[in-house]
Amino acid sequence: MSETRLNNEQQEFQEFCRRWLGENRPGPTKTPLPQAAYEVVDEEHRIYLSEWQAKCYQAGLIATDLPKEYGGHGHTGLQQIASAEVHRAKVPYFINWIGLGMTVPTLLAHGTEDQKKTFLPPIFTAEHIWCQGFSEPGAGSDLASLQTSAEKQGDHWVINGSKVWTSLGHFAQWMLLLARDDKHNKYGGITYFLAPMADPGITVKPIHKMTGESGFNEVFLDQVKIGDHLRVDEIGAGWKVAMSTLTSERGAGVGVGAVAGESPRLVMQQVINLAKDTIRNGKSVWDDPIWRDRLMKMYERTEAAIQNARRTKVKAINGGAMRIPLQSKVSGSEISQELHHLALGVLGLSSSLYTRDTHAADDGKWALGYMNTYTGTISGGSSEIQRNILGERVLGMPKTK
Amino acid sequence: MSQPKDFGFNEDISMLKETFAKFLTEKQPINTLRPSLEGTEDPYHGATRAGFFDKDTWQQMIQLGWHAVAVPEEQGGIGMGLVAATALAEEIGRFALPTPLSTTLQACFLLRELKSAGADQLLSQIATGESVGLAIYGQQGSLNTDSTDVMHDAGTLTGTSWYVTDAQKLDHFIVAANSDNGIGLFKVSANQPGVTLEPDRIVDLTRDQACLVFSGAQAETLCEPGHGEPGLKAALPALLTLIAADIAGAAEWQLQATADYAKVRQQFDRPIGFFQAVKHPIVDIMIQTDATRSLVYNAACAFDFDRDDASRCAHLAKSSASDTASLASQCSTQLHGGIGFTWEADIQVYHKRQIHSEFMFGDGNWQRAKLAELI
Ligand SMILES: Cc1cc2nc3c(=O)[nH]c(=O)nc-3n(C[C@H](O)[C@H](O)[C@H](O)COP(=O)(O)OP(=O)(O)OC[C@H]3O[C@@H](n4cnc5c(N)ncnc54)[C@H](O)[C@@H]3O)c2cc1C
Repeated sequence: MSETRLNNEQQEFQEFCRRWLGENRPGPTKTPLPQAAYEVVDEEHRIYLSEWQAKCYQAGLIATDLPKEYGGHGHTGLQQIASAEVHRAKVPYFINWIGLGMTVPTLLAHGTEDQKKTFLPPIFTAEHIWCQGFSEPGAGSDLASLQTSAEKQGDHWVINGSKVWTSLGHFAQWMLLLARDDKHNKYGGITYFLAPMADPGITVKPIHKMTGESGFNEVFLDQVKIGDHLRVDEIGAGWKVAMSTLTSERGAGVGVGAVAGESPRLVMQQVINLAKDTIRNGKSVWDDPIWRDRLMKMYERTEAAIQNARRTKVKAINGGAMRIPLQSKVSGSEISQELHHLALGVLGLSSSLYTRDTHAADDGKWALGYMNTYTGTISGGSSEIQRNILGERVLGMPKTK
Repeated sequence: MSQPKDFGFNEDISMLKETFAKFLTEKQPINTLRPSLEGTEDPYHGATRAGFFDKDTWQQMIQLGWHAVAVPEEQGGIGMGLVAATALAEEIGRFALPTPLSTTLQACFLLRELKSAGADQLLSQIATGESVGLAIYGQQGSLNTDSTDVMHDAGTLTGTSWYVTDAQKLDHFIVAANSDNGIGLFKVSANQPGVTLEPDRIVDLTRDQACLVFSGAQAETLCEPGHGEPGLKAALPALLTLIAADIAGAAEWQLQATADYAKVRQQFDRPIGFFQAVKHPIVDIMIQTDATRSLVYNAACAFDFDRDDASRCAHLAKSSASDTASLASQCSTQLHGGIGFTWEADIQVYHKRQIHSEFMFGDGNWQRAKLAELI
């Protein structure tokens, strides 16, 4: 497998990361961890994962390229190496994916000095877990139709309404909250807050997923009091700030640490191995030319995603700064979904065996993983919405709304 | 071996690509092609097409040195690698340019692998402005490098080479021929005795194609019998990458043309690009084209900097490109409605070039079968 060249500092850092990750890999948990941070609900898992994240931060694998005054390590050009090595080492994921992936970039772009200095360091150590209070029962793809209200009373705001699908809401100390300060202005009447989940007016109720797991919640906000210093950017500027959060969520922003678990290249290799090991009608699935073609088509798409990411940084041939980054969410999530579906096909009927069934291949991880790929294609702006954005922002076609 | 992060796309190559694109923008190849498409030359009516290309443009390209980009400096060329050649190929595709340059670039990469006096001599001829193409297929058009129907005996060739791309535009050919000692590669010239060119009637209007019939033609040896197959195999990653780049460039044109049309064509009181049944497939062309482009740059870079990985990367690139050719063509014609189905529309010219390219040097399935053997 070809690799790209690194400078001396990057090479040294890469060696350090490899050594450190090799020596500090955490031991097993008592009960198996969920496949991704979206589904963590056990207190034991929370503590284990928070300690692991803190340790990685202290070693310099998180906030690697951020300035020291915000708790970063003050390097340049090393974060991508740390993140790649974390992926490669197959170590547990970072629990605070919303804090790292959304709060940090949002505050860096829109927060006050005070907000950055106060809120960033505890995100890196996982002392403060964050959740995202954007979606509401009546506001999904059409996020700006949200109704949760924010009313200014002196030096604070009073919030009333409800949020839904709030991942990690059950653990979170803080929420990225969108609320409406003006009922008559759809896009210009939204303000962005940092909401303390400890407020007595907040109630969190779990929702169960099709997999049988939980991980997201309904959140009810009843007379919740938020100081004006917890407002991000101007009153009425919430939509603009929310767009910047979503850009990061969709993977088109600057990262501060690897959040996801296994890379598509790794999963692809696992599916190829699965095909080589699965024997049906006297031969391996891999030996069937039709299956081989389907597997190689998928392999081609995973490799293309990697080369796309590489091309983003080469100005002469990237087709414009945002063209490839805006594709990464829709491509990545659809590749993952089809890849898992392919694994089910390789397994055939045995893919019906679910987690904890003693005969299930890989403890049912393919069926579970397949279902969980819909998180990627639905949340953070569905694939359909991503195609609207690409058609409109990159290709200049008329807005669907 | 490791690859440079920027795909080897340094300033020289960026400049080369930009200048070449600017040159072609001024030439408007699609408009100069148009007159040659009129009336009786329609292949449906039985006419064979002349090997149309704009000779002045080709002479200017030679003066600017683009014909010799991939000829080593020792043979009087510029001595650049596949990254540079791929940059040119992508623009040739984007402008659907009828030119002897495509096959001449292919020939350079094959000749560079042969490392013989004959091959070096032919490279020097390319440097002086002579054009070369490949005559390596038998009638089945199989990609296996032993598929030739031509026989070599005592320095002469007999038999037929099939599907010779752009044959009417070229000065010389590299012919794969079999003998008792296996396959070798030989040079013949277009106008020499014993070589007859029989043009095919083909769908693609931007290229020509022919059978080369040999009846005891004198052949210069480029590669001894028995060594032809390894030579072709070594060059194959470059050939695949060049045609994949051509497809990527043409697909980018199809993408932009279709998006532009969706912005101006009004139905139901709105530009059709408003409707997601139109908008989303156009986005899918972009996603698929970008995948191909990235895999093409990666394949070119692997060939120049990481040869051990070049075959894998090249099969990936052409596998992706073949499917892109098909998707971009299908969507671009469909979403133009009736106008896209007419002879007048440029859309059809690109569509036909793409479905020709899709099968050159192996379609997607063939690439994936080869790829599976490598990983
Ligand atoms: C696992 C998971 C975790 C989540 N976590 C969070 C979280 O932490 N915080 C949070 O705020 N939200 C979260 N979400 C919510 C998520 O962002 C929304 O589900 C998503 O935006 C879609 O909204 P919806 O569910 O209301 O579907 P709808 O908007 O009702 O969409 C239904 C269908 O219609 C399509 N559709 C809608 N509008 C259009 C259009 N204009 N053009 C074309 N098609 C359209 C959609 O693509 C979809 O297929 C999570 C969701 C999931 C599944």
